[in-house]
Amino acid sequence: MTATLPSETEAVIVPRRGGRRVRPPRRPGLLKFGYWWWALPGILMVLAIHYVATTVGGFFAFTNWTGIGEFDFVGFDNFRKILADPTKIAALGNTLFLAFGSVILSNVAGLGIAIGLNRVMKTRYILRTLFFMPVVLSPLATSYIWKFIFQFDGPVNILLRSVGLGELARPWLADPTWAIWTVLIVVVWQNTGFAMVIYMAGLASVPVEIEEAAAIDGANLWQRFWHITLPSIRPAIAIATTLGLVNGLRIFDQIMALTGGGPANATATLATEMYKQAFSLGNFGYGAALAVLLTVIILFFAVVQQRVGRGRNAED
Amino acid sequence: MFRYTKLSAVREVGFWIAALLYLAPFYFLISMSLKGDQEVVSSSPLALPTAPSLDNFATVLTATGNSNVIVGLVNSVIITAGSIVLMVLVGSLTGYVIARSTRRWSRGVYYLFLIAIVLPTQLGTVPLYIGARSLGLTGTSWGMILLYSGMLMPLAIFLYAGFFRGLGTEYEEAAAIDGASRTQIFFRIVLPLMSPATGTVAILAGLIVWNDFFTSLIFLGGSKSQTLPVAMYYYIGSLVSQWNQIFAIVIISMIPILAFYLFAQKRFIQGFAGGLKG
Repeated sequence: MTATLPSETEAVIVPRRGGRRVRPPRRPGLLKFGYWWWALPGILMVLAIHYVATTVGGFFAFTNWTGIGEFDFVGFDNFRKILADPTKIAALGNTLFLAFGSVILSNVAGLGIAIGLNRVMKTRYILRTLFFMPVVLSPLATSYIWKFIFQFDGPVNILLRSVGLGELARPWLADPTWAIWTVLIVVVWQNTGFAMVIYMAGLASVPVEIEEAAAIDGANLWQRFWHITLPSIRPAIAIATTLGLVNGLRIFDQIMALTGGGPANATATLATEMYKQAFSLGNFGYGAALAVLLTVIILFFAVVQQRVGRGRNAED
Repeated sequence: MFRYTKLSAVREVGFWIAALLYLAPFYFLISMSLKGDQEVVSSSPLALPTAPSLDNFATVLTATGNSNVIVGLVNSVIITAGSIVLMVLVGSLTGYVIARSTRRWSRGVYYLFLIAIVLPTQLGTVPLYIGARSLGLTGTSWGMILLYSGMLMPLAIFLYAGFFRGLGTEYEEAAAIDGASRTQIFFRIVLPLMSPATGTVAILAGLIVWNDFFTSLIFLGGSKSQTLPVAMYYYIGSLVSQWNQIFAIVIISMIPILAFYLFAQKRFIQGFAGGLKG
């Protein structure tokens, strides 16, 4: 079980190398499985909606098209404009901050809950259902609840005032320094259950005998976690962090519901800026350039993350 | 070795307290949605409603125009269901051929889908919008079903291919010997055996489509086919701090998915954990 798990989990992002899988013997001509053209609709849809659209989008990033009429080639002008604009650099910083912050916090919290709920707990399945609940709800809908919680006369400030910390009370989402942290809390709250479920599945594959043997040999809780649990759940860590990072970099819904990018662009991300430029202001070319930047960043981190994960597996 | 001790009981109670704190936002959600307009302003947000009423839900459900919640709900159901059907049909056929084919091209196509899973949709959004607009597909349910299915197709095909690879060829061989045609083999034998895969695809993809806001805002915003999240966004945009109404509409948008989740929570969680592992 443990021997096959890494390769199975890896397969989400890493293409399988040829020849690793032993195919069942076939007698050509005697037995056929479907027709090759059954795959055509699927291939065409993916080609059109993913590859052609992305390529055309990449093309428009080098133009000044406004969405209608003529356009000119402007070379790398759009990208130069992005790099010269402090608000876009700040949006890039916010995107990375929210992506990495949410991945780290929700994975630590998710792993903690998963380990806590592992094994002996009697009500672990009910607790798992409760902690997972925010994951299935729409980010837009849950963000509105948090907007209320963090507003100036909302529950957070009432609690602060009631324990005598009234001077800390502030309009959290309208505060240029604190707004981004508030968004981070909401994102972490929503993603923790997802990380927890991946880790619970990973922990189920940790052999209990080894852990018991280590405990008998005198290994303490931390040693058992560091030397037995953690190495066994590496594939789960790779999956949870990669998916969390890719989704974190695209963050859009929560920002739109909580702050709309404000106050004064303090919580704008690449996705919200791209939406604003391409669809609100009609700068299709410039918006496409922002999208290219976002795509490159996402692919870069997906590949890096995968390299790191694979390097660790090779060591084993 | 790992037995239920007093410490475990303490830990269990601790986790329940943590879980209740974790879900505290839902207390505010429900309590505020039952308050009247006066009480929202006058009472503490922490207090329970003195005279709970469902008036807010009635107000929200009778809204018209851009923020018509009922129309949004119906559109969301149609678009989600349509996307799932198309994804299961096209995805299972493609995944089957790719998993069973020994030809070299099938491996190349498999990589094509794998890369598409990670490829972000943002960059393609602008050209897709222009393309859909020139074909007259923006603002229509059909266009949206096609778009969502295409966007999530790599995931569906990847999941199906993984499941098909784990299925031996014995059933197909037996059916072929009994004289079944290839189409019969697939639709009467292979696809019914794949119901766990179909369940996973339906849950994962259905959830993404149902909750999606970005794509439907761009393609359907302002049209009569707009989905629930977009209708909710416009409705809430027109309200100023009327939290009782805002929360009523938020609850309405959550009920279908929450009911489904609590009813089939095991499948949901397995779908997320198992589906992602292939």
